[in-house]
Amino acid sequence: MNTDLVTLAGVSKHYGALRAIDGLDLQLHEGECVALAGHNGAGKSTLIKLILGLIRPTHGRVALFGHDAHGAAAARLRGKIGYLPETVALHPSMTGAETLAFYARLKRQPLSGNARLLEKVGIAGAAHRRVGGYSKGMRQRLALAQALLGQPRVLLFDEPTTGLDPASRLMFYDIVHELRADGATILLSTHALSELAGHADRILVMKAGKKIADGAMSALRRSTGLPIRIRLTFEDSQAGATLPDAWRRIDARRYELACLEQDKIDAIRSIGALAPPLADLDILVPGLDDIYAHLLEREDV
Amino acid sequence: MNAVFTIIGKEIRDGLRNRWVLATALLLAALALALGLLGSSPTGTVKADPLAVTVVSLSSLSIFLVPLIAMLLAYDAVVGEIDRGTMALLLSYPVSRWQVIVGKFFGHLAILALATSAGYGSAGLALQWANGGLDPAAWQPFALLIGASILLGASFLAMGYLISTLVRERATAAGIAVGVWLFFVVIYDMALLGVLAADQGRHISPGLLNTLLLLNPSDVYRLLNLTGFENISQYAGMAGVSDQASLPVSALVAAQLLWIAVPFVLAAAAFRSKPL
Repeated sequence: MNTDLVTLAGVSKHYGALRAIDGLDLQLHEGECVALAGHNGAGKSTLIKLILGLIRPTHGRVALFGHDAHGAAAARLRGKIGYLPETVALHPSMTGAETLAFYARLKRQPLSGNARLLEKVGIAGAAHRRVGGYSKGMRQRLALAQALLGQPRVLLFDEPTTGLDPASRLMFYDIVHELRADGATILLSTHALSELAGHADRILVMKAGKKIADGAMSALRRSTGLPIRIRLTFEDSQAGATLPDAWRRIDARRYELACLEQDKIDAIRSIGALAPPLADLDILVPGLDDIYAHLLEREDV
Repeated sequence: MNAVFTIIGKEIRDGLRNRWVLATALLLAALALALGLLGSSPTGTVKADPLAVTVVSLSSLSIFLVPLIAMLLAYDAVVGEIDRGTMALLLSYPVSRWQVIVGKFFGHLAILALATSAGYGSAGLALQWANGGLDPAAWQPFALLIGASILLGASFLAMGYLISTLVRERATAAGIAVGVWLFFVVIYDMALLGVLAADQGRHISPGLLNTLLLLNPSDVYRLLNLTGFENISQYAGMAGVSDQASLPVSALVAAQLLWIAVPFVLAAAAFRSKPL
């Protein structure tokens, strides 16, 4: 059985001389949460628009649930998709509840679940106020609510947390967590990769319309070869002298070792053999942002 | 089909919410009343029905105003929604593009029809009330005026949609919309008059004149109002024209419907392949 809900095969999208997407292959498997990272203009939004069938690829094929995403039948397929646009645009003269009712009717969903959905995103209290008077965070929450209408199987979030306060972010990732538990497939484009730790199964890094990395976080970390730093703090100041030369001295009591992911365990074992009293031990793992910065830098060379 | 009605409903609610319908209806009612009250002073002695006289002056006014109102509604309809980003979200839903554009168009048409009927209708009632007694006979040309005004509005709405679909910038759409309005409402007739005066009837036969008049929706509207009813054309001093331009009402209505359908179908076709 084919479990690829979204498939892009050799897809390019050119705007005149600009190659917004350049020969991209991508599969989104069932129940997967994929983070899409890249600078502004890397092609993230274009990729999402291609999946939605808003634009037609110059070359290649975009398939949604196994069918052409831009064909005549595609409109029906979009009933199982939720989309949160980058710039949240809602109709200011409608209230929150009316907005959600409008979109629910378009998705042919009963309106009975709307109140619960508004409560879930935390704007039930403002449901009968006009959207024009909402704060940015509230509009984003309402936009998230419309994306969740009708239990979509594929969710496309275009920079969902940009400009949100920490509480709204937490709420957003709670919902992402819940969606994943229900088996939904999520594609999430972002600049803030560090927020995604623990949420994304796979990270896709794009640059100038090309895919420059694609894999699980640990695989990316291994492939970048970024070192892990182990930092020791001894209780008295002479104890560090017995450490092998690889350890760099930071000050009298603190020493640091940079090693590769695969050498991590050996390095920790070697400390145990020394046995001077340790006050503290830190393992500094390169974060997603470090990996991301490294990947983009590497491509620049 | 359901989606079309959902979108129509949304457009109508938008129009009512942002006071668009109210403002337009008030404007039209105020102008109709002003024309009716001022226009009835000279006819007071001849006992002509004030409503019938008002139809004449109102149709001359509507020829400018209704197309302008329609253009104001339409120029932003597609390009504005794309600009604001609401179109991308709407099209991410299980709706096809023709449903979106048909729904929006009929929603806007309903707003326009509502504003015109409410504005002119209330003014007509007030005029009859002010002059004592309701005369049902006078309502027939008045109702025709309202109907013809809605058709005129629809044709400019369709042209506005075509403009809105073809351009990339809202400002461009606004500029072209005003240009098209000016061309059909002012320039075309002036040019036609000039040609007729210069030609002195040598080349331009009545048949050719008819065709030329059908090529402009505002002229179709004028003919529909001024020649559609015998007594109206007398007040308007258009009795001569209605003899010369011997177009049946059905042909005029058909021409006006074409002026709605052709630009709208072109707009829908352009929208189908428009990248967002």
